[in-house]
Amino acid sequence: MPDKTLNAGYLPMDDSSAAAPKRGRRPAPRQNLTKRLQIMGLRSVVYQILVIAAIIAVAVYLFGNMQSTLASRGMSMGFGFLDDVAGFSIGESPIPFDADATYAYAFGVGILNALRVSIVSMVFATILGVSLGVARLSPNLLLARAAGSYVEVFRNTPQLVQIAFWYTLVTLAPAARLAIEPFEGAYISNRGVYIPWPADGAAIIPVSLFAIGCLGAYAFLRWQNRPTLSPRLPRPAHLAVIFALIIGLPALGWIAAGAQTELSVPELRGFNFVGGMSMSPEFVALCLGLSLYIAAFLAEIVRSGVQSVPRGQIEAAQSIGLGKFTLYRRVILPQALRVMVPPAAAQYVSLIKNSSLGIAIGYPELFTITNTATTLTGRAIECTSIMMAAYLLISFSVAIAMNLYNRTIQIRGH
Amino acid sequence: MAPVANASKSSKRLPPAIRRKALIERVQTNLFSSVPNTILTLLCIIALVLAVPDLLRWVLVNAVWYSPDGSACRAPDAGACWALIPEKYRLILFGTYPYEEHWRAALACILIIGMTVICGIRKLWSWQLLIVWLIVITAAIALLYGGILGLSVVGTHMWGGLPLTLLLFVGTVLGGLPLAVLLALGRVSNLPGIKAVCTGVIEITRGVPLVTVLFMAALMLPLFLPDGLTINKLMRAQIGMIIFFAAYAAEVVRGGLQAIPRGQYEAADSINLSYWKRTRMIVLPQAFRIILPALMNDVIRAFKNTTFVSIIGLYDILGATKAATNDPIWVRYSAEGYLFVFMLYFAFCYSMSRYSMGIERSLSARRNY
Repeated sequence: MPDKTLNAGYLPMDDSSAAAPKRGRRPAPRQNLTKRLQIMGLRSVVYQILVIAAIIAVAVYLFGNMQSTLASRGMSMGFGFLDDVAGFSIGESPIPFDADATYAYAFGVGILNALRVSIVSMVFATILGVSLGVARLSPNLLLARAAGSYVEVFRNTPQLVQIAFWYTLVTLAPAARLAIEPFEGAYISNRGVYIPWPADGAAIIPVSLFAIGCLGAYAFLRWQNRPTLSPRLPRPAHLAVIFALIIGLPALGWIAAGAQTELSVPELRGFNFVGGMSMSPEFVALCLGLSLYIAAFLAEIVRSGVQSVPRGQIEAAQSIGLGKFTLYRRVILPQALRVMVPPAAAQYVSLIKNSSLGIAIGYPELFTITNTATTLTGRAIECTSIMMAAYLLISFSVAIAMNLYNRTIQIRGH
Repeated sequence: MAPVANASKSSKRLPPAIRRKALIERVQTNLFSSVPNTILTLLCIIALVLAVPDLLRWVLVNAVWYSPDGSACRAPDAGACWALIPEKYRLILFGTYPYEEHWRAALACILIIGMTVICGIRKLWSWQLLIVWLIVITAAIALLYGGILGLSVVGTHMWGGLPLTLLLFVGTVLGGLPLAVLLALGRVSNLPGIKAVCTGVIEITRGVPLVTVLFMAALMLPLFLPDGLTINKLMRAQIGMIIFFAAYAAEVVRGGLQAIPRGQYEAADSINLSYWKRTRMIVLPQAFRIILPALMNDVIRAFKNTTFVSIIGLYDILGATKAATNDPIWVRYSAEGYLFVFMLYFAFCYSMSRYSMGIERSLSARRNY
C-alpha cells in the first residue's frame, strides 16, 4: 500500500515495484496499532468522546442535584408561571402595562425598555464618538488635547460608577416647579426631562417612513454603484430619487395622516409636568452612562481607523487634485471603515449588554424585570434562562447584522 | 525601528537633529495655522472660560474640606462637599471590615499592590513569579480572614472596600488566564468535538452581560450543588468573574495563536515535539508577546468590572461608597463620594494603561519578523 501511494502520479512503475505485490502483502504489524489509530484519527476521536462524555456526566449530575434541591423545596420546573398575573408595577413602559399583565408580558416590556435605552444611547454614542475621534485628529492642539482627556477619563473609570454618578446628578436637579428650561418648552427637573413632541402619536408615521426612506436610499445607492456597463442615472436624477425617498416619503405620509402641526408642550401641573415627551431620570442617567462611556471607545476606534489609512493614499489623492471632502468621502472613509467596523460592532454589543446595569438605578429593563420576577416567583432557573436567551438573541443578531455590513465594505475578492 | 538602529551602527551615522521649535512658533502652527483653526481655538477658549471658573469654584474655592457633621456643606454657597471623604474614607476603603482590624485590610492591600508593581518589572518576569503570586494572595487572604497568629477571625461576608476589589481583580486575572489559554487552544484545535465545546462556551459567555453571569453565580449555582455543599457568596462571584474574563481573554489569546507564523508550528513538529511541549515551549511564549497589549485592555476592563459585584450585594469600593452615602447626613453628597471613587479607579487604570503602552512600544521595537 505505501508503495502505491508513493509512486502514484510521478514515478512510472518499473518492473521491480510491479513485481512487489507478487511477494505477497505482509499483514500489518501489531506494534504499529497506536500509530495506525493515530493516522485514522481514532485517538483524537477517543479524546473527544471522553471530553464530551465528561461534560455530559457533569451536566447530568448537576441537573440531578438541581432536581433534588427543587423537590426538597417542593418546587418543579416549568414555564407555566409566565401566564400568571405579574402583579407588580413597572415605572415606565413603551407599551401599556398594568398590574393585571402577565409575567410573559412583563419580560416583553423589559426587553423593549432595554432596546429603547440602547438604541437612543447608540445614536448619541456614535455622534459623540465620531466627533471626539475627529477632534483628536485635529491639527488644533487645544481641541485634540481636550478630546484626548475626555477619552482617558471616561475609559479609565468604571461604567457602573459613571451611571451611579449621572443618576445622582439627575436626581439632584431642581424640583419640577424650579425646573431648568434649556430652551422654550423643554424642562429638566428631578422628575426627568420633558421636551415638546408631536401630539397624539402623529410622529409615528413620518418617522417610520423616514427610516424606510433611508433604507430605500441606501439600497438605491448600492444599486447605482453596482459594477455594470449599462448607463447609470445622471447625477440630478440620482439626487432627486434620494431626496424623494428621504424627504418626500415622510412628507407624503405626514400629509396623508392629516398634516398635524400640533405640538404637545409639557406644562407644569401640580408636582410634575404633563404632556410632551418625557424621559425618566433613570432613563436619562442610564442613557448618559451608556453613551458617554462607549463614545470614548468609539473615539479611539475612529482615530485608529483614520490613522490606519496609509499616508501614501492621502498624498496620492491630493496629487490628483481631490478636494478635502472628496478625499474623506472616497479615500479615507472607505479604507478606515474596514478597520473600524469589527471593533465598533463589539462596542455596540457591549453597550446593549451593559444596559443591564440599569438595575443599579432601578431602570426597568430586562435584567431588572428578571430580578423582580425571580424574587416574586422563586423560579431562578426559568427566569434566568429567559433572560439569557433574550440577551443571546439580541447580541447575536447585532453581531450578525454587523458582520453582514462588514462584508459589504471589505475589498471584493478577499 | 530595528533597520534604523542597524544602519546607524554600521555607518556611524547619527539621526538627523530635530530642531526644537520656539514656543511662539509651536503656538502658531498648532493653534493659529489657518482661519478655521483660529476660529476653533477661539471657540475652545470661550468654552473653557465659560466652564472652568465655575467648575474650579465648585471643586476648590467654595468646597468644604472639613465638617464632621456636614453642616458647613448645607451653606447656600457651599461647593463640593469633600468633608464626606475624611469622615467616611475608612468605610469607603474597607467596607464593613471591623474597625479595629483595618490595619490588616490595609496591609493586605499593600501586599497586593506591591506585588502588582513588582510584577510590572520586566526583568523579573518568569514562571516563578506565579508561585510568588500564589504565596502573596494566600498571605493576603490569611491576613484578612485571620484565625492564625492570634488574629481574630473575620468572615468573608464582612470583607469590603479596596481589599475586596483588589482580591477579586487579582483572582480574576490569575484564575482566568489559564482557563483562557485552554479555551483558546480548544477553539483552534483540529478536534471538532473539543472545538465545538470551547467555541460554545466562549460565544455564549460573551453574548450575555457580566451582571447576569454574576446573578447566575449568586442565585442559580447553589441550586446545582449537592446537598450540604455550599460555596460562599464571594467565591461564587469570583467564579462568575473568572469565567467571564476567560471568555474574553480567550479570544485575545486565539488572535495570538493565529498570528504565529505557520513555520513555527512546522518547525516544532519537525523536531517531533508533542502537542503540549510545542504549545508550552514554542507557541505560547511567542503568542503572549504578541497579545500582551490587547490582554492588558482586558485586564483593565476586569479591574473596572469588579464594581459589578456591588449589584449582587458585595461591598466593594462602589458598594461601600453607596453604603457610606446612605447616611442621612451625607445622602445629598453621593456625587462627591463617586468622584472620589473615580479618582481611585482612574489612578489604577490609567497607570495600567500607560504601562501597557510602554510595553507595546518596547515589544514592537524588538520584534524582528
